[in-house]
Formats: sequence, C-alpha cells, structure tokens
Amino acid sequence: MSRRFTRRSTEDILLDAFVYIFLICLIVVTLYPFLNTVAVSFNDGLDSLKGGIYLWPRKFTTFNYRMLLARPQIYQAVKVTLARTVLSTALGVFSTAILAYTISRREFVLRKFISTLYVITLYVNGGLIPTYFVYRYLGLTNSFWVYIWPAILHAFNLIIVRTYIEGLPESLIESARIDGAGEFTIFLRIIMPLIKPVLAVVALFTAVAAWNSWFDVFVYNPMKPELSTLAYELQKVLASAQQMSTSMELAMSRAAAGANEVTPRAIRATMTVIVTVPIACIYPFLQKYFVHGLTLGGVKE
Amino acid sequence: MKKELSVDTATIKKKDTFFAKLWEQRAWVMMSFPFIVYVIIFRYLPIGGWVLAFQNYWPAKSLFDQTWVGLENFRMLFDDPVFFQVLRNTIAISAIKLTLGMFFAILLALILNEVRNLRFKKITQTISYLPYFISWVVAANLVRDLLATDGIINEILMALNIVDKPIMFLGVPKLFWWVIGFSHVWKQIGWDAIVYLAAMTSINPNLYEAAMIDGASRLQRIRHITLPALRPTIVILLILNIGQLMNAGFEQVYLLQNGRVIEYARIFEIFELDFGLKMMRYSFATAAGIFRSVVSIILVFSANYIAKRLDQERLF
Repeated sequence: MSRRFTRRSTEDILLDAFVYIFLICLIVVTLYPFLNTVAVSFNDGLDSLKGGIYLWPRKFTTFNYRMLLARPQIYQAVKVTLARTVLSTALGVFSTAILAYTISRREFVLRKFISTLYVITLYVNGGLIPTYFVYRYLGLTNSFWVYIWPAILHAFNLIIVRTYIEGLPESLIESARIDGAGEFTIFLRIIMPLIKPVLAVVALFTAVAAWNSWFDVFVYNPMKPELSTLAYELQKVLASAQQMSTSMELAMSRAAAGANEVTPRAIRATMTVIVTVPIACIYPFLQKYFVHGLTLGGVKE
Repeated sequence: MKKELSVDTATIKKKDTFFAKLWEQRAWVMMSFPFIVYVIIFRYLPIGGWVLAFQNYWPAKSLFDQTWVGLENFRMLFDDPVFFQVLRNTIAISAIKLTLGMFFAILLALILNEVRNLRFKKITQTISYLPYFISWVVAANLVRDLLATDGIINEILMALNIVDKPIMFLGVPKLFWWVIGFSHVWKQIGWDAIVYLAAMTSINPNLYEAAMIDGASRLQRIRHITLPALRPTIVILLILNIGQLMNAGFEQVYLLQNGRVIEYARIFEIFELDFGLKMMRYSFATAAGIFRSVVSIILVFSANYIAKRLDQERLF
C-alpha cells in the first residue's frame, strides 16, 4: 500500500505540475491579448507608441473612449448593431421554436420534407455572387433588413431545438390537447416555457453572430454609412492599419497626435474593447446552457 | 386485374389520407408554412442562381436575355493557374487547421480531465471559451498586435536571443498558413474541447477503479482508458471535418491576409470576392463557387458513407 502510494505520488506530482503549467499558460495566452488591448485603450495614444505597455496603462486616460464615442458614425454604428442584434435574436428565437415544434411532431405529414429542406442548407449554399443578386432582386441591398431576414433561421439551431422538444414528455402536450387547447396555445403556453434552456443557447448563438458580423455590411451596404455596424467599423480600422507599414503608422500617429487626435493604434484598441466587452460580459452566464446545447446538437435522430 | 385495381385504390386512398391529414394538421401547416417559403427564398433561390455560371451574365439584362455559354466559364476556371493556387491554399489551410485544432483540443480535454480542483477547472474553461465568442475582426486585431514587429512575441524571441531582429510574421508568405493554423487554435481550443470532455463523462468510472487496483499509473489510465474511449468521437469529428475541407474559414483568412502573402492566402471565397464583386466577372466567380460547393457535397457524402462503413453513428 505505502509503496504504491509513494510510486504514484512522484508521477502524480509531475503530471499535476504539467497540468497546471499548461493550463496557466493557456489562461495567459488567452487573456493577455485582451488585457493588453484594454491597457492600450486606456493609455495616452502618443505614449503607447513608445511601446512597453503590457497589462496596465502607463499614462491613464479616458480620452480615447470620449473621442471615439463622440464620433457620430460610431454612435450610429452602436445603434444599428444593437437594433440588429435585438431584432434578429427575438425573431430568430421565436421562428426557430415554432418551426422546431411543428417538425418535432412525429405524426406531422410535412415533418420529413421540412427537415430535409433545412438539413440540405447545412451543406449546400448558393455562394457569394448568386446570393448577392437574389438579395439585390429582393430589395435587400442598401437596407437594414439584409441584417435580419437571412439570419433568423439556421438549420443547426433548428435541429438542436427539435431534438430538445422531442425529449419532452408527450403526456404534457396530450393533456393540454384534451383540455381543448389549440396548437398555437400549446406551443406558447406549454412548449415555450419548457424549452427556455435550449432557446437561451439559440439566443446566444444568434445574438453573438449578429453582434459580430461585418461581412454583410461590407457586401450589401458599403455605400450606406448610416447602416454600418461596430464590427464593420473595426474592420475598416484594421484594413487601413494593415495597408500601412508600422513605420508609416507611427508617422501618421505622430502627425495625428500633434493635432490632438487619437492615434490609429489607440482607435483600434478602443474599438476592439467596445466590440468585445458586451460579449465577454454575457457568455459566462449562459455557459451551462451552451455546453449542454452543444452536446445535444451532436445527437441526431 | 383484380390486383392492379386494389393497388390503384390503395394509391388513391393514400393520396386521400395525405390531404386529409394535411387538412387535419392545418394548424401545424400554418405554423410551418412561412418558414417553407422562407427557406426557399433565402437558401434555395441563390442555389437556383447557379445558372449564372452557364451564362455570360450581365446585370443590366434580364436573366432570360443572357448569352448562354455552356461550360465555358468552367473551362476558363480550370485553365487559370490561379485556380490551382486557390485550391492548394484552401486545402492546405483547412488541413493545417484541422490537424492542429484537433490535436490541441484533445490535449486540452485530457488535461482538464486531470484537474481535481473543480473550481480551477471551471474558471479555466470559462476563460478558454472567450475567444470563440468574439468576432474574427477582434481576433484579427489581437493577432496582429501580438505578431507585430514591436509585438510581445517578437519581444520575447528577442529577449531570449532566439532571433536578433524582429520577424514580420504576417508578411512572410511561407509562415502565413501557420499563422492561420495557430490563431485558429487560439480561438477554438476551449470550445472544441467541450465535445471531448462530454465524451469523457460517459466513461464508466469502474474502469478507472479497476485499473487503479491493477496498479495502472495515471498516464497509463489516460493512454489505455481515456484515449480509447475518445476514439469514436475523434473518428466522427475527423470525418465531419473532412467534409469541410473546402471551407478554409473566410473571415479569418481575409482579415489576416495582406498583399505580401496573397499567393498563400487566396482561398476560394477570396477568389470569388475578387473576381465577382470587384472585377465584376460574375459568371466566372459563380462557376468557382459551384466547383467549391460540388466538391464539398461529394466530400460530405463520402464522409458519411465512410462513417457508415466504419459502423459509426451517421451524420444525418
């Protein structure tokens, strides 16, 4: 007994050391870029150019944030981003739930047809150009609605919710039906409250996708600055920074800073923080739901 | 004769019951109908737009007045040397991402499974999910700062005397695939590990106990119990991901590439974007899109078939 204990403990210690060192490295590698960006965003723009900002600002200032949020296009982008996130999430959750309910009914004659129609979309899509022309034909280009309609139903979410509903006890629905409840009432009063956990997952996925997306702005609404989103504004900052070499960025920053402006690096950092913070604040609270939802998604039929 | 007749009535009766049932289930039909229309308009009409590839499409004319060119666009596509570069980049980037991504996700899952302090495990996992939820726009900004000539990675390399002058990671063509591979790992590792951790929870604890009684060390238990238990999951995910081989991840590559590395960064979506929306060679770009889709479908079905042959769970 004691011999086994000592033999195991040496290996135990080594293995534990490896485990903890690996995980601490992972935490550092994951968090450092974020923390560094936060530090730069709160640091004086010109001072940041000297380098050496790691986890804490050297010359603390909220100037970058005040400057950025005072810009009308950023303010507008915040509004558009919030609107598209809220609207597509609300519509997305409701649509996914109602359709998932109908195709979860085993006796529904269109069940197989609708499921197949949606599953195919997981694997085949029209591609960039045909999609562009169809959306243009539908009048969705240069419009806010191109952010909403294409995004409300995704086959993956549909399958997760359908699987979840199929796992509910059938007796609940039966007894409501015997009590004379209509199908829509059953859906609203019985199903909706029961599937809240999985709807939380769908809401999270839809909201995050809406908040993060920039490509649809880039393709469908490039000429409409009033329809720009935060992520797209950040993408533009990144793209312009990428075109400049570091030395040019430095020179430009110097010039800009001389004119009492924020530097490109500071803009980038500040925008990054603004885009990231809402997500970083929300996802930890939905963790238990999405971990469960993801494993559900793997269970097919 | 009589037999035929009975078949006939059976089909009629079946048809009858279909519409009767449809009527009986009209509440469900009404609830689902808008979404049938929805999927046809938003997902299937664009697929119908594939006819563009067989025309010399010009938007000023209606779809029916276009010149039909047959497979001309595909011929041009296969004659274009850039096309093979695109194919190479797409497959290479996907393969690197797949290999690195799976290796590190499995490693992380195995390591997390060895953590006994549950609080520490939970906190680590929560942190590890963060990159998954942020936009690639944000991630690309962070990666750019990390890899900049005055970024932390170059600072560390210089301090350790591994290099004597900063490396322009994002400007070296040969390094680009690896930048994509490792930034993919950074963003996905925590999320991808979830599936493996879930598979580990279904391992019977008696196995570990029995192994311990037999004197197996922790490493031996990982090697002989945990890893074999993960094998079905690994195989399924590997096959699933092979179906995604034509999908190298547009946003990530687009946001991290620049003119210096374009020969290693040009993947299908970038090709379609450049030729389609920028150069307005709509039909040509559509042909490229169709090629990608068709190869993807073939890959997915082959993957499904292989999975079935291996007696694993089917994908759909």
